[in-house]
Amino acid sequence: MIQILAFYLFAIMVIASGVLTIIARNPVHSVLWLILAFFNAAGLMLLAGAEFIAMLLVIVYVGAVAVLFLFVVMMLDIDFAELRAGFANYAMFGLLLALVLVGEVIFAVGAWNAGGIELAQRVSPIPNDQPNIEALGALLYTRYLYIFEAAGLVLLVAMIGAIVLTHRRRGGTRPQNISEQVKRRPQDAVRNVNPPVGEGVQL
Amino acid sequence: MTEFFQSTLGFGFGWFLATLLLILFIALPLLLAVAMIIYADRKIWAAMALRRGPNVVGPLGLLQSFADGLKVFLQETIIPSAANRGLFLLAPIITFTVALIVWAVIPFGEGMVLADINVGLLYILAASSLGVYGVILAGWASNSKYPFYSAIRAASQMVSYEVSIGFVLISVVLFAGTFNMTGIVEDQRGHIFGVINAYGFNPLLFPMAVVFLISALAETARAPFDLTEAESELVAGYQTEYSSMSFALFWLGEYANVILMCALNAILFWGGYLPPIDWAPLYVVPGIFWLFAKILVFFFIFSWIKATVPRYRYDQLMRLGWKIFLPLSLFWVFLVSGYLMLTRYGGVS
Repeated sequence: MIQILAFYLFAIMVIASGVLTIIARNPVHSVLWLILAFFNAAGLMLLAGAEFIAMLLVIVYVGAVAVLFLFVVMMLDIDFAELRAGFANYAMFGLLLALVLVGEVIFAVGAWNAGGIELAQRVSPIPNDQPNIEALGALLYTRYLYIFEAAGLVLLVAMIGAIVLTHRRRGGTRPQNISEQVKRRPQDAVRNVNPPVGEGVQL
Repeated sequence: MTEFFQSTLGFGFGWFLATLLLILFIALPLLLAVAMIIYADRKIWAAMALRRGPNVVGPLGLLQSFADGLKVFLQETIIPSAANRGLFLLAPIITFTVALIVWAVIPFGEGMVLADINVGLLYILAASSLGVYGVILAGWASNSKYPFYSAIRAASQMVSYEVSIGFVLISVVLFAGTFNMTGIVEDQRGHIFGVINAYGFNPLLFPMAVVFLISALAETARAPFDLTEAESELVAGYQTEYSSMSFALFWLGEYANVILMCALNAILFWGGYLPPIDWAPLYVVPGIFWLFAKILVFFFIFSWIKATVPRYRYDQLMRLGWKIFLPLSLFWVFLVSGYLMLTRYGGVS
């Protein structure tokens, strides 16, 4: 009973905050609604018994990705009127995409119900006494090891690529050299002199 | 307790009532602890600066925090006219709530934990990564430049240090073999020669304990990393526009987070609720006292650092996080997993 209530609560919240993400006037509010949607999606994952995925969703999407989103959106200078003006042009295209998505979802559900390919057990594919971190690890690091490693490699390449594309070496800067500063001793920097009156010191 | 309530009030309602009571049992003492720890903090700085600190309200000034609390409670909440009203009020609530919900998975003793979940450590990581939203939203919603600068600083600082904290946690999890908080504490029983109950004395984990302590300082924006509230540059940082209870919620949340970080240091590296030595007479003292003692020791270290260390510059802070802690902790994860592979799991087969 409580699970059903919780499911409808989370599901309605996901949809509602998804809609509000699109129609909110202020882009920062949009991002915040998106974060709420992530949260409720994590709640749905918890209901499905995938507590590890739920936590990852919060850590990765809410804790890291959405923070960066929020950063960018807060610092952008967006003209709302201009943004709204373009909406009508894309409305048809958006509608088309939505229709395609709906079709795909219906098709996927149909295929799922037909049950042609037995990929795995449908509900609760892991035994209840095994924590799903262990179940996931046992699969990822044995059966899907190469694919998993390849995915990691792709991400690494993407990261390095982004750094290479955006990094510029600027001339004329004087960066701090920490090791030089740490190595510096009083005798390198301080000199005791006793200059005659009226002559000063040669530096 | 849950069983008692369930047997008398039915399964669902009994569980609900019992959990509600347990939450109050954790949250109320926690708020009391926050009030007292603020007092302790001020006394420690005062002692280090050869001052007397709060000494007027109540005996030895013990009631100072409560007097301050009453004062802010009676003040007027001022909302700047240019502020984004909803988010402005939401921000302190987020900070405060997040600081409290993390305590759900902290084990105070054997079996004394509200939610003994399998992914306890991940839950803590997830909840503490939410803390940054309170700060960002406060800075942005205030619609004022110093809070905004401070919010940007705070966000990048927290995100940077969370990375190395993540790696430190992974090396602990590798040793413990579980994400469950109670499991991590129990695995430390007799970890060193079967006598000492702590990961911290393990030479493979001691450097990680140090990294975690420093990262904890940065994560809670305590001195020497309190750049978000650098008063010489940013007035009071993201709290500049806040007054009365909305300010007090930030304050309480901040200190609750500090106590949490002290508790995490104690639990992850120094045996949590276990006595320091695995010796039967020491188990007479309940585990919760050992945990409190360890939290207080770490809190003293935090205050000590705040009283003695000058503030970092922002680029130095970023350098420490990304160029020193990140490679070090990443390398250490390799080292720890390699060591465990060879010793515990019988090498490469």
